Amino acid sequence: MSNAKPRIKVPKTASKDEVITIKTLISHEMESGQRKDKDGNTIPRKIINRFTCTFNGQEVFSCDLDPAIAANPYFEFSAKVPESGTFTFEWVDDDGSVYSDKAEIEVS
Amino acid sequence: MGKNKLGLAAAAGLTASLALGSAYSEPVEDKLVIDGREMTTWTEAPADHPFDELISGWHYRTDETRALEADSFENPGMLYVERGEEIWNAVDGAAGKSCASCHQDASETMAGVGASYPKWNEAAGKPYNLELQINECRVEQMQAEPYKFDAPEQVALATFIKHQSLGEPVEIDLAEGDMQKWWERGKDRYYLRTGQLNMACATCHEDYNGRYIRADHLSQGNVNGFPTYRLNTGGMVSLHNRFRGCIRDTRAEFPAAFSDDLMALEVYVTWRGQGLSVETPAVRQ
Amino acid sequence: MKLTRRQALAISAGAALAVVAGRAGSAHAAVDDTEKAIQDFTGGKSPETGRIRLTAPEIAENGNTVPISVDVESPMTAEDYVASVLILADGNPNPDVATLHFTPMSGSATATTRMRLAKTQNVIAVAKMSDGSVFMDKKEVKVTIGGCGG
Repeated sequence: MSNAKPRIKVPKTASKDEVITIKTLISHEMESGQRKDKDGNTIPRKIINRFTCTFNGQEVFSCDLDPAIAANPYFEFSAKVPESGTFTFEWVDDDGSVYSDKAEIEVS
Repeated sequence: MGKNKLGLAAAAGLTASLALGSAYSEPVEDKLVIDGREMTTWTEAPADHPFDELISGWHYRTDETRALEADSFENPGMLYVERGEEIWNAVDGAAGKSCASCHQDASETMAGVGASYPKWNEAAGKPYNLELQINECRVEQMQAEPYKFDAPEQVALATFIKHQSLGEPVEIDLAEGDMQKWWERGKDRYYLRTGQLNMACATCHEDYNGRYIRADHLSQGNVNGFPTYRLNTGGMVSLHNRFRGCIRDTRAEFPAAFSDDLMALEVYVTWRGQGLSVETPAVRQ
Repeated sequence: MKLTRRQALAISAGAALAVVAGRAGSAHAAVDDTEKAIQDFTGGKSPETGRIRLTAPEIAENGNTVPISVDVESPMTAEDYVASVLILADGNPNPDVATLHFTPMSGSATATTRMRLAKTQNVIAVAKMSDGSVFMDKKEVKVTIGGCGG
């Protein structure tokens, strides 16, 4: 799909210092730059090259992606946060586009 | 080199494994539960059916692939369901309408609808599948251009609509119009050997069902999960795309999407899987 | 899934055909590149075994979407945590797959993603701890050739 669209799954609530699981998925072809079109020309690389998850501005988890990551990149990872706040997710495309999403969590 | 040699190798592979009869292995016994709802993926076949039991292609896949379909977040096909929902609500065409203008909330109006397609269309004098019905709505009601076969919007919208029937048993009405005739025509096509490899649908999915074609575990070829997310292409595959791909792989000329030949085949193949739950978007290799 | 002997034969036959077809032609065994990538990541240190576990299927249903997970033992405190994990595939045209970066706020150094494998090869995960020590795990994943244009 041309229009990259993220999906995220974050628990709405957690207890303090609980390790929670976060799942993210984004629609993206991850064109590797290794493929050729019907005329034998190399299809230019166009991938998401970086993914970042921050919590209240602090980095929780990030990843540098290479073309060997499958289409529609999926990440599952964990987080442990001390207070209520906002997770921000960002995906950076080779073409400079940044796709983002947010999720609130209430920590008690 | 590549292409020609690859073709020969593929042909040799197909012939070799069929000639050898290759290995048989039972589909995996497991339960498919999606968001707490158990799907019917293995059920007794009706008396007049060539199989004793109907088995979803889900049971022929690896642990990892089965798990991917079972999780409605992890299933990448759900990205296309979400895209389809946007299209459902987007105004398009001269009439200034969206799908939702007439059909409102798809979770109510489309529940079970996808499970009953293809359906007899009296005005057209032929069965309509979801894609044809969508195009008719676009032209007649929305005054929009019909989608070209496998346009990303067509695939996403069909996926979204079919997904509204997730878990519902596939059941088509053969009593309407000439559906029975189309069923018979589809049955003839199913058993017709074609191509340089001289194979019919039935060769793989009936005679050699459960065996391996090279490393692929051959399923019964049920279509209850279409459109289906393919790990191979990292995208959705429509049913007529799959039909054409299968026929192409027998090294035969393949009919156009939505042609009478393939519409008849869709009627027949859908009938073969009646009673299995709609799994759209299924995940397959 | 357990493979019968005949299935295993069918798989190796498929692999042999792929070689004949030149299908894996662009996927040079990048073993040297892989070794260099590990050295660059560790700063020349040789990784130890243990502490990191890589989970991957023994046989991938399709090489274009292969689920992999890493899990590294660590208290994940500000003083002692896993800084990053390098993932490589030594038989792809380019061995780089991804570099995961963790922080104490990760809570645990565990992550799952899905990757592409051009053929049967080793997937390698190298963890770098906050104190600079490095650990490695490796799994061979068999990539089969599908029957239907797969």
